[in-house]
Amino acid sequence: MGGTSSKLPKDLLSEYQELTFLTKQEILLAHKIFSELQGGENGPYSSRVSMQKILTLPELKANPFRKRLCHVFSTSDMKDGSLNFEDFLDLLSAFSDTATLEIKSHYAFRIFDFDDDGTLDARDLEKLVNCLTGETDDTRLTAEEMRQLISNILEESDIDKDGTVNLSEFQHVISRSPDFVSSFKIVL
Amino acid sequence: MKRRLKCLKEAQAFVEKFEGALGKGKGRRLYAFKVMMTKKLIKFNRDFENFKTACIPWESRIKEVESHFGSSVASYFIFLRWMYGLNLVLFGFVFGLVVIPEVLMGMPYGSIARKTVPRDEQDSAMDFSVLFEFGGYCKYSIMFYGYYNNQRSIGLLQFRLPLSYLLVGVGIFGYSLMVVIRTMARNANEGGDGAEEGAFTFSWKLFTSWDYLIGNPETADNKFASTTTSFKESIVDEQENLKDENIHLRRFLRVIANILILCCLGGSGYLIYYVVKRSQEFAKKDRNELTWLQKNEVEIVMSLLGLVCPPLFEVISELEEYHPRIALKWQLARIFALFLGNLYTFLFALFDEVNAKLDNEKEIKNETIWALKEYYDNYTLHHNVTENIPPPNISPADVIRGPCWETEVGIEFVKLTVSDIQVTYLTILIGDFLRAVIVRFLNYCWCWDLEAGFPSYGEFDISGNVLGLIFNQGMIWMGAFYAPGLVGINVLRLLSSMYYQCWAVMSCNVPHERVFKASRSNNFYMGLLLLVLFLSLMPVIYSIMTLPPSFDCGPFSGKDQMYDVIMETIEKDLPPFMADIFSYASNPGLIMPAVLLMVLAIYYLNAVSKAYQNSNMDLKRKMQMVEGCVFGCCKSSGSSHSSSRSQATRASARYCPRTSTRSRHGKRKRWTTTTKIVSSKEFLFVLDIKFGTKSNFKGVIYAI
Repeated sequence: MGGTSSKLPKDLLSEYQELTFLTKQEILLAHKIFSELQGGENGPYSSRVSMQKILTLPELKANPFRKRLCHVFSTSDMKDGSLNFEDFLDLLSAFSDTATLEIKSHYAFRIFDFDDDGTLDARDLEKLVNCLTGETDDTRLTAEEMRQLISNILEESDIDKDGTVNLSEFQHVISRSPDFVSSFKIVL
Repeated sequence: MKRRLKCLKEAQAFVEKFEGALGKGKGRRLYAFKVMMTKKLIKFNRDFENFKTACIPWESRIKEVESHFGSSVASYFIFLRWMYGLNLVLFGFVFGLVVIPEVLMGMPYGSIARKTVPRDEQDSAMDFSVLFEFGGYCKYSIMFYGYYNNQRSIGLLQFRLPLSYLLVGVGIFGYSLMVVIRTMARNANEGGDGAEEGAFTFSWKLFTSWDYLIGNPETADNKFASTTTSFKESIVDEQENLKDENIHLRRFLRVIANILILCCLGGSGYLIYYVVKRSQEFAKKDRNELTWLQKNEVEIVMSLLGLVCPPLFEVISELEEYHPRIALKWQLARIFALFLGNLYTFLFALFDEVNAKLDNEKEIKNETIWALKEYYDNYTLHHNVTENIPPPNISPADVIRGPCWETEVGIEFVKLTVSDIQVTYLTILIGDFLRAVIVRFLNYCWCWDLEAGFPSYGEFDISGNVLGLIFNQGMIWMGAFYAPGLVGINVLRLLSSMYYQCWAVMSCNVPHERVFKASRSNNFYMGLLLLVLFLSLMPVIYSIMTLPPSFDCGPFSGKDQMYDVIMETIEKDLPPFMADIFSYASNPGLIMPAVLLMVLAIYYLNAVSKAYQNSNMDLKRKMQMVEGCVFGCCKSSGSSHSSSRSQATRASARYCPRTSTRSRHGKRKRWTTTTKIVSSKEFLFVLDIKFGTKSNFKGVIYAI
C-alpha cells in the first residue's frame, strides 16, 4: 500500500464493490487516477488530496458546483474539502449510472445547500442561480429577475410554505423530473 | 464509507462465525453446499457484469464526444452503436445460415448456369466500371439472390438451403421487431414516473439543467448562456402567445404553404418515377454508350432530393408562422413523408420493371423448352434412341438465361445503399470539414469575421443524421432478402461511419448554442424505427406471397410461389400429423376468431391502462394534499428537519388535523409555453414547459 505504483488489495476491492455502485473496472480506474493526483505523496489509504488538486480533474474542472462537491464528500476534520480515496469512491458511486434516485437526490440536496443548514432557503437558491448563469455580468440575472425566479421556485416546490425547500420537498420535485438521473452523472 | 466498511466487516465476521449453525442435522452438508454455490453464483454474476461492461465498444470515444458536446449529440452515437449491434446480429444470421452453407456445401462457381457469367458478358466481367455497377462477377456471386441453388438439401448434413433462405429472410424482420420493441419498453420504464404535466418548470430548470457530464469549458460556457436565456425566454415567449393576430391571413398562408409542400412532394415523387423509367430504357441500350450520369441517374436524383428538399421545406414553413415547437413537428413529419414517398415511388417503379421482366421470362422459358426439345429430336435422329437421352452438353456459360428479376432488384437496392453512403460521407467531408478548413484559414484575410459571422463552424445535425440512419436501415431491411450481401455492406458502413463521424464531430463541429439534454427523445426515434420496419416489411412479404420466382435462378427456382418451400417441407419432412395441424390452423374459420380475440384484448388492455392513469392522477393529488398536511404538522410540532421521506410517510400515518390555511391549491392559471428554439433541428430536446403563476402576477410583464 502506498508504494510507487500501489495496487489495490483484492479484499478491499471486493469490499468496495459491495459498498458502492461501481464496477471493478471503475474502481480500479478511480484508484489509478487518485494515485496520480496523490503524486509523490506516499501514504496509507487514508491520505488526503487537497481540494485544489481534485479540482484539476477534467471531469470537475468545468463544473460550477465543484467546490461544493468536494465539501459535501469530504470527511476531513478540518472541513477543507480534501478527499481521501474512500471519499473519492463515494463521490463516484453517487454519480454513477447505477446509483438510485434516492441517493442522487440526497446528495444533490446537500450540494445545493450552500450554507449546510439542512434547507434550501432564498440565499442558497440565489447562489445556485448565480452558479448556473456563469461568472460574467452579462449572463447574470438582474436583481428583479432573481427575485421573481426565486419566488416562482419557492411557490412550486415549497409545500409547507415556510420559505425554504427541505429535503423531502426537494426529493418530491426531483423524483418527477425525467432528466435528473441522466444529467446527474459523472463518468471517469 | 468508513462506517460502512466497519459495518460490512462486522457483518461478514458474524456470518462466518455462525454460518454453519443455520443448517442442522442431516441437511447440514447439503445446506453448506447450497450456500457455497450461492456465493459462487453471486461472484460469477458480478464478474460477468464487469465483463459485459468492459466489452461495450467505443465507450471512451463516446464519452469524449459527450463531454464536449453534451448528451444529446452523444445520444446519436449511442444509437449508432445500437444499430451496429443489431446489424451485426442480422449479419450473423444471414452469413451463418445462408451464405456459408452455400459456399461450403453447394456447387462451386462455374458449375451450373446460374453461377456462371454468361459467355457474352465474360469479356467485360472483370472491368472496374462493370463491377462498380455490381454487374459482371459481382452479379454472379453470393451477394445476390440469383447465385443460390434450388437443390432441396445439400451436403453431408442435408442442409435445406431454400427453407433456410426463406426463414432467415423472414426471421430478420422478426428479430429486428423483437429488439426494437424490447428497447422501447426499457426506455419507457426508465423514463420516470410520468410527470409529464410537471408543475415544476422552474425548479426542474434550476435543479436538473446542469449536465454533469460536461467536461469542456467551452461547452460549459455555452451551457451557462443557454440556461440564462432559457430563464428569460420562457417569460418572453409566454407574452408572444397572448398576442392576438389576424387569424384569416394566417390560415390562408398556412393553406398556401401546405399546398406548396404537397406540390414539392408530388414533384419529387414524379421525378423519381420518371428517372427510373428512363433508366429502364437506358438498360436496353448498350452500356458503353451511356455517360456516367445516365447510368447513375436514379441514385443521384434520390440523394439530391434528400439533400435539397428539407431546407426548402424549412423556408416554406416560414410562411406558416407556427409556434417553433409545432413548426418542428411539421418539419419532421414532412421530411419523413418525403423519404417515404421517394422510397415507395422507387419501389413502384421497380415493380413495373419486375413485371416487365416476368413477361420477358415467359418468352425465354418457352425458348429454352423449345431448344431442349430440338436437342432431343436431333439426338433421336442421329442415334436412334428415344429414351435415356443424356442431357445437353452445353457449357454453363452458354445456356440461355432468364432475366432473373430478384437479382436485378437486389442490385438496385445495393446501388442505392452505396450511393447513400457516398453522399453522406461526401456531405460530411465538404459540408463540415471543408467549411471548417475554409473558415479557419481564410479568416486571416477576410473582411468579416468568418468564425462568428456567416459560415462559421457547423453544428452537428442530430435529427438529420438520425433520420438518415433510420431510413438507411429501412432500405437494408427491404433489400436483404434479395441481396444477402447487403447486410455485410451495412455492417462495414456503420463501423466506418462510427469512426469517421466521431472524428468529424470532434474536429469540425462546435457545440450547439443551446446545449440540450436528450431526455425523452429516445423512444421517439425507436418509434420511427418501428414504423420504418413495418413499412419495409410490406413490400418484401407482398413479393414473397404474390410474385412467382424466376425459373432459373435463386433458391426457389422451379416453384410456383416462394412459400411453396414451406409447404413442401411440411409434407415431406415433418410427421404427417403436423401437416394436419397446419392445415387446420390455416383454416379461415380458425383465423377469424383469433383475430377478433386479439382486437378485443387490445381494447380491454387500453381501457385498463386508462383506468390506471386515472387512478394514478387521483393518488398524486391525494399525496400532495397529505404531504401538505404532514409538513404542516411537522412544522407545527417543531421538527423542521425531516430527514427522509420514510419519516414523512410514518408521520402521515398518525392523525393530524387538516391545516386548511396551508393548502397549496390556490387558483392556478396554466399557460403552455416553450423555450425559443434557435434552429429547427433541436425540437426533440426541448422540454415542454408549463408554468403556473398566481393570478395576481398575470399582469406583470417581464421587461428584459
